[in-house]
Amino acid sequence: MTGSDISRFAWTALRGYPTRTLLMLIATAIGVAAVIVLTSLGEGARRYVTDEFSSLGTNLLIVFPGRSETAGFNPTTMMGETPRDLTLDDALALTRSYSVRRIAPLNVGAADISWRNRQREVTVIGTTHEMLAIRHWELAQGDFLPATDLDLATPVCVIGGRIRSKLFGARRALGQWLRIGDRRFRVIGVMASEGRSIGVDVQETVMIPVASAQQLFNTPSLFRILVEARSRDAIQPVKRFIVDTLKARHQGEKDVTVVTQDAVLATFDRIFSALTYAVGGIAAISLMVAGILIMNVMLVAVSQRTAEIGLLKALGAAPRQIVTLIIAEAFLLSLLGATLGLLLGQATSAGIRQAFPVLPAQAPVWAVVTAVLVALTTGVLFSLLPARRAARLDPVLALSRR
Amino acid sequence: MTMIDLRGVRRDFLVGDQTVHALDDINLNIAAGEYVSIMGPSGSGKSTLLNLVGLLDRPNSGHYLLDGEDVTTLSDVQQAHTRNRRIGFVFQAFHLVPRLTAAENVELPLVLAAMAPQERRRRVATALQALNLSDRARHKPEQLSGGQRQRIAIARATITEPDVLLADEPTGNLDHKSGGDVIDTLEALNRRGITLIVVTHDAELGARAGRRILMCDGRIEADARTGTA
Ligand SMILES: Nc1ncnc2c1ncn2[C@@H]1O[C@H](COP(=O)(O)OP(=O)(O)OP(=O)(O)O)[C@@H](O)[C@H]1O
Ligand SMILES: [Mg+2]
Repeated sequence: MTGSDISRFAWTALRGYPTRTLLMLIATAIGVAAVIVLTSLGEGARRYVTDEFSSLGTNLLIVFPGRSETAGFNPTTMMGETPRDLTLDDALALTRSYSVRRIAPLNVGAADISWRNRQREVTVIGTTHEMLAIRHWELAQGDFLPATDLDLATPVCVIGGRIRSKLFGARRALGQWLRIGDRRFRVIGVMASEGRSIGVDVQETVMIPVASAQQLFNTPSLFRILVEARSRDAIQPVKRFIVDTLKARHQGEKDVTVVTQDAVLATFDRIFSALTYAVGGIAAISLMVAGILIMNVMLVAVSQRTAEIGLLKALGAAPRQIVTLIIAEAFLLSLLGATLGLLLGQATSAGIRQAFPVLPAQAPVWAVVTAVLVALTTGVLFSLLPARRAARLDPVLALSRR
Repeated sequence: MTMIDLRGVRRDFLVGDQTVHALDDINLNIAAGEYVSIMGPSGSGKSTLLNLVGLLDRPNSGHYLLDGEDVTTLSDVQQAHTRNRRIGFVFQAFHLVPRLTAAENVELPLVLAAMAPQERRRRVATALQALNLSDRARHKPEQLSGGQRQRIAIARATITEPDVLLADEPTGNLDHKSGGDVIDTLEALNRRGITLIVVTHDAELGARAGRRILMCDGRIEADARTGTA
C-alpha cells in the first residue's frame, strides 16, 4: 500500500462513522484548545505583569528600610533593635553620585480631604518634583510639585483626575485651596488619566511635597526612595553605592533593602513562566484522556469492523498492513482533532485579547507545538493496542459472523 | 497437473472440553483448472476445508502442498502474500466494504498489493466491463442488488488473476435467478482456466461441477468425476 492509499482508506473509515469521528475530534480538539488557551492566559498574565513593572520607570532602583535577608547572623535582630528609618538626609546623600540621575523620596498615607462641603478619603503621596520624570507621569493641567529643597514644606498639591471631577465637577480646580487632614493646600496641577500603574492609582491620589507629608503624618521617616540610574549598566554600581552610602550613614549597619526593577521583573517572569508551564501541563493531561478515549473508540471500531478486517486478511493484507491502517486512522483522527483544536484555541485566545486588551493572551510557540505533538503521539500510542488486536484477529471467525 | 494436494489433514476444534474433528484425515488432490463442488450436511466440515485451502486457517496436522510447495509452514506474511496473488474468495455474505464504491471494493486487493493507481484503475475497469457492471462502478454496495453485489465480489476475488477461486455458498443469499447469474459468472471464469471450488447446499448447482465431493463428519464420503464416473 502506498501512503496515499493508506490515508484514503483511513479517511473513508472516518467518514463511514461520522458520529464516532465527530466525538473523537471534539475530544482531541478540546484538549489541544485547552492547552493553547490556558498557556495563552498564563503568558498573557506574565506579559501584563512584566509590562506593568517596566512602566514603573526605567533603570529604577527601590530603597526601603529593613533588610530582607532572613538567613544568617543578624546583629540587628539579635540586639532586638528595629531597623533605622530612612530620612530625607539619607535621600539627599543618594544624589551624590554621577551614576544617579535623580531620586524621589516617597511617603504614603491615607487622609481625609475636603473642599467646601465635599469630602473624600484618599491616598496621599508625599514626594518631589523628580517623581514625575522617574515614573513618566503626565499632567492634564497645571504643574507638578515645584523643584525646591527637599525639606521645604510648600502647601501645594497635585490631584488625580477622578478626585478633580468628584470634588470640583465642572469648576476649575487649579488655584483652589483643599483641606488635607488639618492643613490647607493649593491645587497646582491635575494628573492626566494614566493607563495603568502598579501599586498606585494615580487617579485617586493627591500628591504633596514630601516635607509636607512628613508634617501631615507626623513622621520623620520615608516609605521608599526611588533612584533612577543613568543607564542600564549603572544599575549595579548604583546599587552598591546606595548600600555603602546608607551603611556609612547608619553606623555601619546594612539595614536597608535595595531592589532593582530588573530583579523584580525576573522574579515575576519566573513565577508566571512556571505558572504557564503548570497549567499547560495540566491541560496536556486532558489530551492524555483524549488518547484513552481514542483507544476505546478504536477498540470499538475494530470489533465493529471485524468482518472488514477479516476480509482484508482474506484479500491478502499482511498483519503489518492491518496495523498500519488502524494506526493511520487514529493518526488522521488526532491530526484533524489537533488542527481543529489549534484553530479553536487560537480563536479563543484572540477573543480574550479582544475582550481584555490589557491581557496580551497569546499562547507561546512551545505550548502550541507541544499540544499538537502530544495529541498526535497519544493518538498513535493509544491505537497500538487496538491495531495489534485487529492484526491478530482470526479471519475465519471474523468472516463467519454476519 | 496437481495444484492442491492435501495429505492427512486434520483440523480439530475444542468446544468446551470436547474435541470436534472438523476435518478428519483428509487426502485430496485437485488439478489446475478443475471445477469442484463440495456438498454435504451442515457441520460436515465444508467451510473448514475451504478455509484451509484458502490459507485462512492452518491444519492441526498433515500437509498442504500448493503446486508442490508446502504452504503449511509459511509465515503469516508469506501466507498473506500467497492469498493475495494466488487465491480468490467469494463468500455467502458478499463481504463488500459498505463505505467503498463497487470499483473501490474491486480495487482493494490491488491496493494491498501496492500496484500503481493507473494500472489498478485500468484493470478494475476491464473487470467491471467483463461482468457488465461498468455502470455500477460508482455505486455503494447498498445501492446494488444481491446478485450484483456477489458479482462485484467475484470481480474483486479475480482481479489479481489468482489460480484458485474458492466460493463458500456463493448463492446462499440469492434468489434462483441471480444465483444462476453468479454461477454462470463463476463457470465462465473456470472455462478460462481458473480452478474453481464451490461449496453449496444446492444439489442442482452442485451437479453442474465436473467433480463432485460429498463430505460427512469431516471426511470425504464420495468423490465423483463426470467422464470418469
Ligand atoms: N471456530 C470454530 N470453533 C469451534 N468449532 C468449530 C469452529 N469452526 C467450525 N467448527 C465446527 O467444525 C465443524 C465443521 O464446521 P464447518 O463450518 O466446516 O461446517 P460446514 O460444513 O461448513 O457447515 P454449514 O453447511 O452449516 O456451513 C462443525 O461441527 C463446527 O461446529
Ligand atoms: Mg459452511
